[in-house]
Amino acid sequence: MQTADPPETLPKDDTGRNGLLEMYQAMRRIRRFEEVIGDCSAAGEFKGPTHLYIGQEAVAVGVCRALRTDDYVFGGHRSHGHYLAKGGDLSALAAEIFTRSTGCSRGRGGSMHLTSPDVGVLGTSALVGGGMGTGVGSALASARRGLDRVTAIFFGDGAIEEGVFHEAMNFAALYKLPVIFACENNLYASHMPLAIRQPKDQLHEHADPYGIPGIRVDGNDVVAVLETAREAVHRARAGQGPSFIEAMTYRWRGHVGPGWDRDFNIRPESEISAWLKRDPIPRLGRRLVVTGVATETELGAIDAEVESEVAAAIEFARGSEFPKVEELLDFVYSS
Amino acid sequence: MSTPLSVEAPAAVRELEYGSAINEAFVQLLESDPDVILIGQGLWSPWYVGSSMVALEKRFGTDRVIDCPVSENATTGIAIGAAMAGMRPVMVHPRMDFMVLATDQIFNQAAKAHYMFGGAINVPVVIRGIINRGGEQAAQHSQALQSIYMHQPGLKVVMPSTAYDAKGLLISSVYDGNPVIYIDDRWLYTQKDAVPEAAYRIPLGKGTIRREGRDVTIVATSYMNVEALKAAETLSAEGVECEIVDPRTLKPLDEDLIISSVAKTGRLVVADAAWRMCGAASEIAALVAEKAFAHLRAPIQRVTLVEAPAPSAAPLEKAYYPWADDVAAAVRRTLAS
Repeated sequence: MQTADPPETLPKDDTGRNGLLEMYQAMRRIRRFEEVIGDCSAAGEFKGPTHLYIGQEAVAVGVCRALRTDDYVFGGHRSHGHYLAKGGDLSALAAEIFTRSTGCSRGRGGSMHLTSPDVGVLGTSALVGGGMGTGVGSALASARRGLDRVTAIFFGDGAIEEGVFHEAMNFAALYKLPVIFACENNLYASHMPLAIRQPKDQLHEHADPYGIPGIRVDGNDVVAVLETAREAVHRARAGQGPSFIEAMTYRWRGHVGPGWDRDFNIRPESEISAWLKRDPIPRLGRRLVVTGVATETELGAIDAEVESEVAAAIEFARGSEFPKVEELLDFVYSS
Repeated sequence: MSTPLSVEAPAAVRELEYGSAINEAFVQLLESDPDVILIGQGLWSPWYVGSSMVALEKRFGTDRVIDCPVSENATTGIAIGAAMAGMRPVMVHPRMDFMVLATDQIFNQAAKAHYMFGGAINVPVVIRGIINRGGEQAAQHSQALQSIYMHQPGLKVVMPSTAYDAKGLLISSVYDGNPVIYIDDRWLYTQKDAVPEAAYRIPLGKGTIRREGRDVTIVATSYMNVEALKAAETLSAEGVECEIVDPRTLKPLDEDLIISSVAKTGRLVVADAAWRMCGAASEIAALVAEKAFAHLRAPIQRVTLVEAPAPSAAPLEKAYYPWADDVAAAVRRTLAS
């Protein structure tokens, strides 16, 4: 049995009013969903490890906005945002985190193992750099099957320390495969700041030895991310090979769970407060209002719509059944 | 390409060597299915992987038969990812020792994806590991690592011992729909067998009786079937008739075939040219102890490697690997008790 192909749809490449509002809504949806999920986790509604993406929303939304539905996305342990930005169903995500049978992975994966092949999310992996090989493999499949699909692989600054990153970059460059290496440099791997893990802080330069264009972008500016990603998608679809995007951003919460690293004194308070001021969502919101694209009232209506979407998804998850014990061995093998 | 073993094999049959049978299976797979691609080190080399891969890239192009950078981990992940996206790739590791570098991809991605994504993602990939031992190649060029893959739910493991099985099991593995570890031993490459010209499949999980006998069951994996058959000849001259069971697939294991043979003979020797601790021989011994204890008339005997890395010096190497004499000695031990 083979994985079903997602449908091909037109690229969503407008940055006109509708496009900007949709990106605003997409970021709000991720943010609000994760705030609520964090509360549910703190309340003990589920136990599984949940890595929140709060603060980084512009990267997922900007990159995925440049992709078509049939393009592929691979993610990591912190991928609620990638799944949602690519079009994954909100209720199925909530139910998966609640480990219910209605979840996108039928309660077998939890927060770290999300999938939605109907919109090209082939999977997220808990291994750091876990999407490097498989993501490049999906791009090889597209190339060999004569499809003009692009694969975006999302990973953090920590994944650059994994050997598989370099192996995968080398292979993708060698065969000019349609890949976007989307590195979210949020300055930390778990509790370890970049400076005590890597000798250099210009991660985009890792693209140079492979002859891949490496671009650094403000990862908290969704329009900048979109424009950079669009360029990379264009190159990939034109058969010009992979691109590497280093999106500078910041994870607000701790490595795992709803808490803040403030509790542990890991990060300087000045650093946290500086990054909170660069929150990508009000940043876009302000721009929309100042330029007259939208009014405060319209943005408020979007926020309210997101609030009810999220509440409905959480209720759906809470009301869903757990997988049955007699189904424990289902899906070990495909038949 | 749909003839199962239970159906009469196609008429046109001729003698073919094991390595050539694998090559023929690849030719037929590549000819008939554009989703089949091969990735691995040495695939464009005239000698690297013996007769089993020769000239495939010349016939099918270097786009579909990909010799690759020295990156076992990523390239195996790439084959797995291509399978997730709908192809039927075969990843080739010319030496199993180097396949260890891809363990992350095999254990954490291939074996888990279908389960952890609730059945939404399929991984129809074949990962072929070649055992290439002897010849003073020493510790890092000689390993047979079937047991570590047997340990992983989500993987299947096949080890053909004849040219007929090598071809039929390879085609079945590509169409199984799950990640299959296909392990062949270079010592088998010149073994000849009657092989149908047309494509055919041998079902995974079905073993076969290589030789019938009433006194002792020998379950032998891969090349150990060759040594077990020699031992059976020797013992037959002494009036001892061995039944040789070749499981062909180690995961899932053909439990019924093994148990029914032991039920007949009451004695079991397991021969697997790999390490004993947690090995295939141990698993088969445990299976029989659990499910067929009442049939046993003597303690089970295992014929395996000694617990050491492979040596280089020829006299040590000869003592290291199990041979027909070791199998015969194990049979005699079961008869003595």
